[in-house]
Amino acid sequence: MGLNYKELGLKVGLEIHRQLDTKKLFSPVPSELHEEVDFTFQRRLRPTMSELGEIDQAALEEFKKGKTYVYEGNYKFSDLVYMDEEPPHMPDEEALRVALQIAYLLNATPVDEVHFMRKIVIDGSNVSGFQRTAIIAMNGKVDTPWGSVGIPTICLEEDAARIIEREDGKVIYRIDRLGIPLVEIATTPDIHHPEQAKVVAKYIGDALRATRKVKRGLGTIRQDLNVSIKGGARIEIKGVQELDMIPIIIEREVLRQLNLLKIRDELKKRGANEEELKEEFYDVTDIFENTQSKIIARAIKKGGKVLALKLPKFRGLIGYEIQPGRRLGTEMADRAKKYVKGIFHIDELPNYGITQEEVNAVIERLGLGEQDAFVLVAAEEEIAKKALGEVLQRAKEALYGVPEETRRALPDGNTQYMRPLPGKARMYPETDIPPILVTEEMKEEILANLPELPQAKVERYVKEFKIDKSLAKTLVDDERDELFEELIEMGVKPSLAASILVVVLKGLKKEVPIENITDGHIKEAFKLYLDNKIAKEAFEEIFKELALHPEKSAFQVAEEKGLTLLSPEEVEKIIDEIIQQNIDVIKATGMRAMGMIMGRAMAKLRGKADGKLVSQLVRKKIQELSS
Amino acid sequence: MKKVERFLKEKGINVGDSIKITTKEGIEYKGLVMPPYELSEGETLTLKLDNGYNIGILVDNIIDVAVVKRAKPKESREFKKALPKKPNLPNVTILGTGGTIASKIDYETGAVYPAFTAEELALAVPEIFEIANITPKMIMNIFSEDMKPEYWVKIAHEVAKALNEGEDGVIIGHGTDTMGYTAAALSFMLRDLGKPVILVGAQRSSDRPSSDAAMNLICSVRMATADFGEVAVVMHGETGDTYCLAHRGTKVRKMHTSRRDAFRSINDIPIAKIWSDGRIEFLRDDYRRRTNSEVWVDDKVEEKVALVKTFPGMHSEIIDFFVDKGYKGIVIEGTGLGHTPTHLIPSIERAVQEGVAVCMTSQCIYGRINMNVYSTGRKLLKAGVIPCEDMLPETAYVKLVWVLGHTQNLEEVRKMMLTNYAGEITPYTRFDTYLR
Repeated sequence: MGLNYKELGLKVGLEIHRQLDTKKLFSPVPSELHEEVDFTFQRRLRPTMSELGEIDQAALEEFKKGKTYVYEGNYKFSDLVYMDEEPPHMPDEEALRVALQIAYLLNATPVDEVHFMRKIVIDGSNVSGFQRTAIIAMNGKVDTPWGSVGIPTICLEEDAARIIEREDGKVIYRIDRLGIPLVEIATTPDIHHPEQAKVVAKYIGDALRATRKVKRGLGTIRQDLNVSIKGGARIEIKGVQELDMIPIIIEREVLRQLNLLKIRDELKKRGANEEELKEEFYDVTDIFENTQSKIIARAIKKGGKVLALKLPKFRGLIGYEIQPGRRLGTEMADRAKKYVKGIFHIDELPNYGITQEEVNAVIERLGLGEQDAFVLVAAEEEIAKKALGEVLQRAKEALYGVPEETRRALPDGNTQYMRPLPGKARMYPETDIPPILVTEEMKEEILANLPELPQAKVERYVKEFKIDKSLAKTLVDDERDELFEELIEMGVKPSLAASILVVVLKGLKKEVPIENITDGHIKEAFKLYLDNKIAKEAFEEIFKELALHPEKSAFQVAEEKGLTLLSPEEVEKIIDEIIQQNIDVIKATGMRAMGMIMGRAMAKLRGKADGKLVSQLVRKKIQELSS
Repeated sequence: MKKVERFLKEKGINVGDSIKITTKEGIEYKGLVMPPYELSEGETLTLKLDNGYNIGILVDNIIDVAVVKRAKPKESREFKKALPKKPNLPNVTILGTGGTIASKIDYETGAVYPAFTAEELALAVPEIFEIANITPKMIMNIFSEDMKPEYWVKIAHEVAKALNEGEDGVIIGHGTDTMGYTAAALSFMLRDLGKPVILVGAQRSSDRPSSDAAMNLICSVRMATADFGEVAVVMHGETGDTYCLAHRGTKVRKMHTSRRDAFRSINDIPIAKIWSDGRIEFLRDDYRRRTNSEVWVDDKVEEKVALVKTFPGMHSEIIDFFVDKGYKGIVIEGTGLGHTPTHLIPSIERAVQEGVAVCMTSQCIYGRINMNVYSTGRKLLKAGVIPCEDMLPETAYVKLVWVLGHTQNLEEVRKMMLTNYAGEITPYTRFDTYLR
């Protein structure tokens, strides 16, 4: 895209959360997720009063509605601390150490004394009602070709429980994830180019991985982006999974903000104003009595109403595309989603079984002018009113450009409304944990044992293992480096390990979900190879099957697919058979029959015997016969 | 004076001031000065940064400091407004003894304060004001571990006063550590009680959104307005916020250091289940109903009483010590059915001979004393030990404090110890009373 980001005043800040692969932060419970639920318990969270007698009104309202939280636990993977039935133990020393390592790798300075805080979180995702968090280090930075980006804080905190289900007035969480240590790294909003954001995220990710103590896989890393342009608004984008998506998401967010500003300008030009946007809902159910629209017909049949909202001067703008495939109407629908599945707006009609006649009737009923628009919702009356209320709110915000909000990253790089921006964090000290002095000895010890950063590792691989630089780089980038070194330790030749991990696995990526293949699978396959149970040609086939059936073992797959190597005796027997069948030719042509016999032997033995062994045996047998 | 305090004094900085610091590493920090952590060595300055986090900076690392803004004298709101009484609601007094029923947090500084005036309670736990007219009254401010018999007497008088002045029930906010002792003491001292006296506390601090304090309080108010006329402890019945249990004051024990459902009825079943929706489900019918009788305080106590746990290898001089020091009663928490090491028997004999009341309970906690089964038990009985049936050791201790206040005649003491005054002795043990 040819946008001039500097001129647009693009500002991006990153917030990266990554789980550490240690025990839980305040209790030595294994930090693993589980599927078996041994017990549940039910709690409510009551907002705490401030010293001025204020209670977070929204939280109090939620509380009064009687929302309960149900927590699922497992005897092995949860404990009293994370049921908030016991005070926290001292923080996991390893987690603290890793956080300090990360701090140094990001050029930050550890604080002299770590103070854990309680950050109020009242949505139930923390059983206690707060998240424990502490600043470990400050004032780091990452250098990029576009300039240096600050890392004001590096925090160590507890991950939240994971949500299992949302029901009426009830949310079900599983507490296995609660308390897994998270390192949170925030940057200053000094990123001014979409690609720069990726470079910074990559650098931070590299530093995290270098510690070898971060968790890997889905959900273990969460990258949030804060994006704004001049005249736009700060948008917090949550749940960015892949590094490669970062620039795309930023580009699309810039696009969205630019288009919302265009819509604002057009509305201004048309003289739209807030007074005209009235909270008046027109009952137009009668117009749709015999409608072909299944959605509307179903709603009416269930006793619902079709309500219309008038949006003066909005015609053509609700349907205006602001991101590929997303319109202002989509943003309105996202807001209404709290109450209804969808909305209909004039710019997309006639469609969905709604006819031009019906549209005209609504226009007439509402007395719409040429520039005026309407939005329809078909649902139970009170629900429909609430949904249209949300639409109205979003329409009002369109008059001012870009509303500040927290958005969710979608897989294609677009974003979707999630919730309003969070207010200022309410924090107070975690008095159950005394402040922890970061001693000189600790710092020295950590500095003396700082892990290798990825770039250094690539260079070492090239030098030490004599593998190609691009292979080495891919190994490190794909986070296969730990596995690679483990394989070498097992006795696998570096070149083979590298080529299987990089070439073979990458090749399979297009065909099968290779993320299902675990390190355990891979190590088992290499063990089979080292024990002469499979040939190296068998890896591809085995991994392919494992990706589709991760519950199987490599050995099982090798057996099922007939990929296990035959013993030398069995190989010899098969070769003998082939020799016997062709004995006349061999006797006549001698060593010239080698090619033909090899071809026939390999046709039978490919993947079941090492080619070298076959050729040795064939040569020997022919020589014996022809001498 | 701690190093940090000296530093602040030298620089003329006060807690609450907004300051700017430069450290040896050349880093600048800006934030509010926090009071030093209670038990810290005092080597570090605690700073609250703009983002709400606290960090500690070693005083020795600070090379420059400047005040950005002086602390404003805090406008603390007064929460003294009395609340109008609703004539159709019962009246309940809440006596505060030092535990925190509700908290307020100063999010600026992170300080947590107790909230106890009616107005504050109405803000923090508005539900209770829909059940009753609530009058909070702070009568002492001590940790529950610092409780002692003279405070039990004081609480008992405050309760009696409130009830006799027409309150329909009294709730006592109490730290959980010794709540069981106080409950037992009130059970013995409040005579002709015809109204609910409820002890309540919290296992998880009231400043946290997940605290059990509010629900325990709400359930207490329900129980304090019920058709009930005894002393009871009301606390969570399980780990979830589903129901509380009301336990008889003489039969309740804190059985866990931290869980919400730490309080359990021992050798007995609880009196009632109080559901979070307000329903009270009585679990038995042998409880005293509400009456109009005037309560009076039988407050005679003897404080020279000890509670002693026996253990393998215990020396008899421990018993001798109490006798020599003039103790009037010893409750032994013996092993099993009510035993001590046999070599303690001469010391126990001597204690009884010198007029010290020696009572036997079991460190098994669950079950009943029976000293007829083994010869050690028979010998102890012969020495004059009073077998305290299925009484909790703590309850037996409290009871002995109270009984010895009335008589020090050992025969009288024995009779009183074995008389059931407040449900402390059950004549037989139900099967469903063990480890639930």
